[in-house]
Amino acid sequence: MKSGLFGFLFAMWILIIAGGGIVVTLLGPISISGFGELDWFISSIIKAIIAIVLVVIWILILSKLKNMIFRKEIKS
Amino acid sequence: MIELIFPTILSCITAFFVVFLTTPPLIKFLKKRNLAVKDMNKKEDVMVVRPGGPSIIAGIIVSEIILYAFLQMNEILAIIITTTAAFTIGYVDDRKVMGGWFKPVALAIAAIPIIVFGAYDSDLAFPIFGTVQIPVLYLALIIFMIPITGNTINSIDVLNGVASGFMVIASFSLSICLLIVQNYEIAIVSLPLGFVSLAFYKYHKIPSKIFPGDSGALTLGAMYGAIAIVGGVEIIAAVALLPAVINSFLFLSSVKRIVEHRQVKGKPVDHTDDFRLKATDDKTAPVTLVRLILAGGSLSEKQVGHAIFKLAIFSGILAVITAFMMGVSF
Repeated sequence: MKSGLFGFLFAMWILIIAGGGIVVTLLGPISISGFGELDWFISSIIKAIIAIVLVVIWILILSKLKNMIFRKEIKS
Repeated sequence: MIELIFPTILSCITAFFVVFLTTPPLIKFLKKRNLAVKDMNKKEDVMVVRPGGPSIIAGIIVSEIILYAFLQMNEILAIIITTTAAFTIGYVDDRKVMGGWFKPVALAIAAIPIIVFGAYDSDLAFPIFGTVQIPVLYLALIIFMIPITGNTINSIDVLNGVASGFMVIASFSLSICLLIVQNYEIAIVSLPLGFVSLAFYKYHKIPSKIFPGDSGALTLGAMYGAIAIVGGVEIIAAVALLPAVINSFLFLSSVKRIVEHRQVKGKPVDHTDDFRLKATDDKTAPVTLVRLILAGGSLSEKQVGHAIFKLAIFSGILAVITAFMMGVSF
């Protein structure tokens, strides 16, 4: 049982690091121009939407992973 | 650097001894007032007093005020106010049963002092890949972080000594990480959290003489979250807290709504005849960290606690590796 939990922890850690890479490479360069003083606000909204989508994807992957690891563990 | 040694030692000693010395009289006081609950994992009718939050917050406030006297940092004031607000929220919940949404919403409000004092840097730092500027999104992160860390620690407060023992490991790991990323002042500010948790663990460990209650667990969790924000180590802090995050994630993904534990009908864990803990087959019960630990077979309360501590040490090591990776870039 415990090995599954350690594996799940490690998988979460890898997902956090990979997610960080995606956030920095995807969200970092986003900058909007042409809306004057609203530029920062619009770019922030776009970043927020992308971040929320990424978090949802992260949770879905984690759920799948959880089912995969623990279904096997509970059976053993 | 050398001028920081004296306030560091003084605040750590104060944090430890304030909790160590105030908890026994608090236990006596709570016993007198008959503020005790049944320890559900003991065969006999063992009553344990609660909440231990008042001694925990006393240790935190006194030690952080000492540090403020030396360092004069707004970050310390933000931590003190946010943590005290979290204690108050927990204490209200200890005395009067509140709805499932009360704590997350109230803790989100408790995060506001961090914003008001400007005790944050809106650049979010990731290992290997560097930082990303998210000024508006970061404000939302602050508002979400305190309820998440507060409730996450509260959710693992299910067995004798687990919440305080887990916080000892997680907070000292965070302090080491802050030293690695060379944020020395916040590393010093974070140390009292570990010493307060350590002193409380003395009375909370199996067999518990006192439970932290919501006031204690939320105080520890909110302070941890506040340190993560003011120290700019949000990702590292999340890694060190992973076993507790897993517990909340498993609970929420099986219950599929924000709800108080006491409102959940199904029992995830039951007892064997010799009162060891065993996972149930109840399909309506939420999946929790303890239930998964017990999926391999029954264990004593102490063994489950040790399994959680081993997971905490593992994620503490991952957090330290993450801190070293902060300095690495492609």
